[in-house]
Amino acid sequence: MNTWMLVFLEFMKIGAVAVGGGPATLPYLMELTEKYDWYTMEDLTNMIAVSESTPGPLGLNMATYAGYKTLGFFGGVVSTAGLVIPSIIIICLIAKFLENFNENKYVVGAFSAIRPAVWAIIAVSVYRVCAVSLFRLTDGVYIPIPKTMILCAVVFALLQVKRLQKYHPAIWLLIAVIVGIVFRF
Amino acid sequence: MEIYWQLFCAFFRIGGLTFGGGLAQLPMLKFELVQKYHWLDEPELLDIYAIGQCTPGIIAINTATYVGYKKAGVPGGIVATIGMVTPSLVIITLVAAALQSVIDNVWVQHAIMGIRGVVCALMLNTVLTMGKKSLKSKFAVAVAIPALIAAFFFNVTTLVIVIFAAVFGIIWHVALHDGKMTAAKEAAGSGDGGAGNAGGDERKGGNA
Repeated sequence: MNTWMLVFLEFMKIGAVAVGGGPATLPYLMELTEKYDWYTMEDLTNMIAVSESTPGPLGLNMATYAGYKTLGFFGGVVSTAGLVIPSIIIICLIAKFLENFNENKYVVGAFSAIRPAVWAIIAVSVYRVCAVSLFRLTDGVYIPIPKTMILCAVVFALLQVKRLQKYHPAIWLLIAVIVGIVFRF
Repeated sequence: MEIYWQLFCAFFRIGGLTFGGGLAQLPMLKFELVQKYHWLDEPELLDIYAIGQCTPGIIAINTATYVGYKKAGVPGGIVATIGMVTPSLVIITLVAAALQSVIDNVWVQHAIMGIRGVVCALMLNTVLTMGKKSLKSKFAVAVAIPALIAAFFFNVTTLVIVIFAAVFGIIWHVALHDGKMTAAKEAAGSGDGGAGNAGGDERKGGNA
């Protein structure tokens, strides 16, 4: 199967099964790095940063970026199309046939367990992104990158301050750019 | 014909002018769909939002499709969705292309190493805020722990874990507790737990 078809199908799969919006697509995007050489785990951090600091839904931006990375502009078109087609089908069917879908006891029951499970999966994915972002793999040994780690710890601590939570992620990323350049990370 | 153009433009603006997605988009959705075009009233908008959360896919896309479908059938759903994705497609392509052409520059590399640290911090914070919302009941914790172990130690794929969780949730709440869903309601009430603006911005409700 050619790459175009594969990109389309893989993203269609993500659109059909990723429950929980943007962050929920992260584990699936990570699985693609293991399966194909379309982009790397390091690329994934850039993808997250760009997707967070540009307009548009996070999950959509990440999928577009992943498609772009793989096959250029039209790759982005194909991955986006793949991602949204299941939504269009599923939502149109629900809108047509299912009244009170979100109050159905099977749906409520299923989602009561899906939510914590999805949280767990996202937590593991985030751990893995952090591992490749904060450590450098040299000769099979993970060596910490001290400056990046310190910045991460400081920003994480600041994010726990209620007053600072209102700032947009793009502001933190802008600070990251300045700190990175000034202190030559 | 006019309705299609309106749907396209409304969702183009929503996609192009909001950051994050999900609940972060709610004020913009309200402005465009409720106040400007009167396509929906506010409770309807919240219903649609709830459905968007209980279905796979990007929540913002699900909302666009639903509104488009209600207004102008399947073509309406498609047009609204196209409106929503177009800004992302253009902006991401431009930024990605710009980044690609300067990525080898040493200063850009310094910046990227800084960005990585902040991305990690933002994501860890998302996990934390989502956890606070999603893990309110003992039931939720009892589901999350095996899921965590399966994903971390055994590399079980995401899809398999989600399917297992769904089946378990249905059996637990429908078969064993006869649809008496105290824990489920609690989980549904904290609905946005399944999604989090990776910034974990609580003011926006932290949704994507």
